[in-house]
Amino acid sequence: MIIQPIFAATAGGVVAFLGLCTLIGLVLSSRVKTPAARDTVANLNARIRSWWGIVAVFGAALVFGRIVTLVLFAILSFLALREFVSLTPTRRGDHRSLFLAFFVIVPLQYWLIGIDWYGLVAIFIPVYVFLLLPALSAVAGDTSDFLARNAKLQWGLMLTVYAISYAPALLLLDLPGYGFPNALLLLYLMVVVQISDVFQYVFGKLFGRIKLSPAISPSKTVEGLVGGGLTATLIGAALCGITPFSPLQAAGMSAVIVIGGFFGGFVLSAIKRDLGVKDWGRMIEGHGGVLDRMDSVSFASPLFFHLTRYYFAA
Amino acid sequence: MRHQRIYYANHTSHFDTLVIVATLPADLRAETHPVAALDYWGVSALRRFIAVECLNAVLIDRSGQASADPLEPSAQFLARGHSLILFPEGTRGGDGIIGPFRSGLYNLARRFPEAELVPVYLDNPSRVMPKGSFLIVPLICTARFGAPVILGTTEERAEFLARARAALIALAAPGPSIEVAQALG
Repeated sequence: MIIQPIFAATAGGVVAFLGLCTLIGLVLSSRVKTPAARDTVANLNARIRSWWGIVAVFGAALVFGRIVTLVLFAILSFLALREFVSLTPTRRGDHRSLFLAFFVIVPLQYWLIGIDWYGLVAIFIPVYVFLLLPALSAVAGDTSDFLARNAKLQWGLMLTVYAISYAPALLLLDLPGYGFPNALLLLYLMVVVQISDVFQYVFGKLFGRIKLSPAISPSKTVEGLVGGGLTATLIGAALCGITPFSPLQAAGMSAVIVIGGFFGGFVLSAIKRDLGVKDWGRMIEGHGGVLDRMDSVSFASPLFFHLTRYYFAA
Repeated sequence: MRHQRIYYANHTSHFDTLVIVATLPADLRAETHPVAALDYWGVSALRRFIAVECLNAVLIDRSGQASADPLEPSAQFLARGHSLILFPEGTRGGDGIIGPFRSGLYNLARRFPEAELVPVYLDNPSRVMPKGSFLIVPLICTARFGAPVILGTTEERAEFLARARAALIALAAPGPSIEVAQALG
């Protein structure tokens, strides 16, 4: 457990930013008059309170090192998968597959990252789980909705386990010339993804007029996407000092993270509408479920991982 | 004054009782007794411990060979002002089908007209641990509490049981009952 000055500085920046948000939240809550505005500010303050918790847990995991970080992400995948499957219909014949998904596939995927077996990390779920689970379902003998049931479970695993695991998989990259532990690059990814979400929300609330797609999400606006996306890209570029990227490369990487993250939230909103729910859960006050916070991470992480691996890894 | 209640729910899993008990506030929980089958929960010391000591259950003899009224132990708790959790189908059913109700619910409602009959629809326990499996899948379960069903003074047994069952089935579709759940709390 080594706390480098650069890590402390980045963490300090995050804490300072959250402190500022908390102050703004306090000021807003003393000023709002209308009931609707009061609800919005109450939700904003609930979100900020939860952010303190998220930052504390995530920061502690990074400080305690690789194993704790992998365990944290395994738990996040487990909880996200739980939220996904709880809302997705399955039948009695899927019971064994579900048990396997939660208690074998989730730990195994993160264990493979832990032992640096990148080749199997990349194909374990898309190939072997893809073939194994329908085999188990077929043995159970229930053919009703067979294709749909298996496709939904595989989709849930790809999203909540496979895609999300690409974030901590950054820890297994060998990045010559990068003077810091890879945990800092993971922190960079999470900061840019979440800052993008936060500023899309803020810009949307302040200036949002044109709805992007009312059928999918009433809160996503063009103004929010552009304002939040540009802000996150600028912050990402400014943080290039903690990455192996030049300022321009960092801006490009951040833009990719922003676009990936946006589509993560967008696609998962479409699924929520399809399932008839507003949030994936209620575990994180103000935000909804774990998957409501990790949706953008799931789409952004594989992109960021592969670009970094292709252009910067040994 | 606190209302005395008979919560009645669809039955698909051993987790059903746990879900309802978990939703109750601690003070109500202490005075709420799940009605459990003697021929299942009474056969070993461990099962009896889980049911009676951990879950506050009252055991019911389903065999039909008991000399006394099998509902008598449950009725004694109602007579003391406590509440019950009852699974009126009498046994765990399959995926998504609520079977016909046995008459215990009607008999207790007749004897204790002051007890509120509250339907509770349970979503997902059957997927956590279905009948016949001991593998636990950690899904999120939901309990939807409906408005109390009131037994009419002249209402016949079959008519009442069908109505109570319909009130439970109506909760299967998510929607307006959520406010009711909060009001009950």
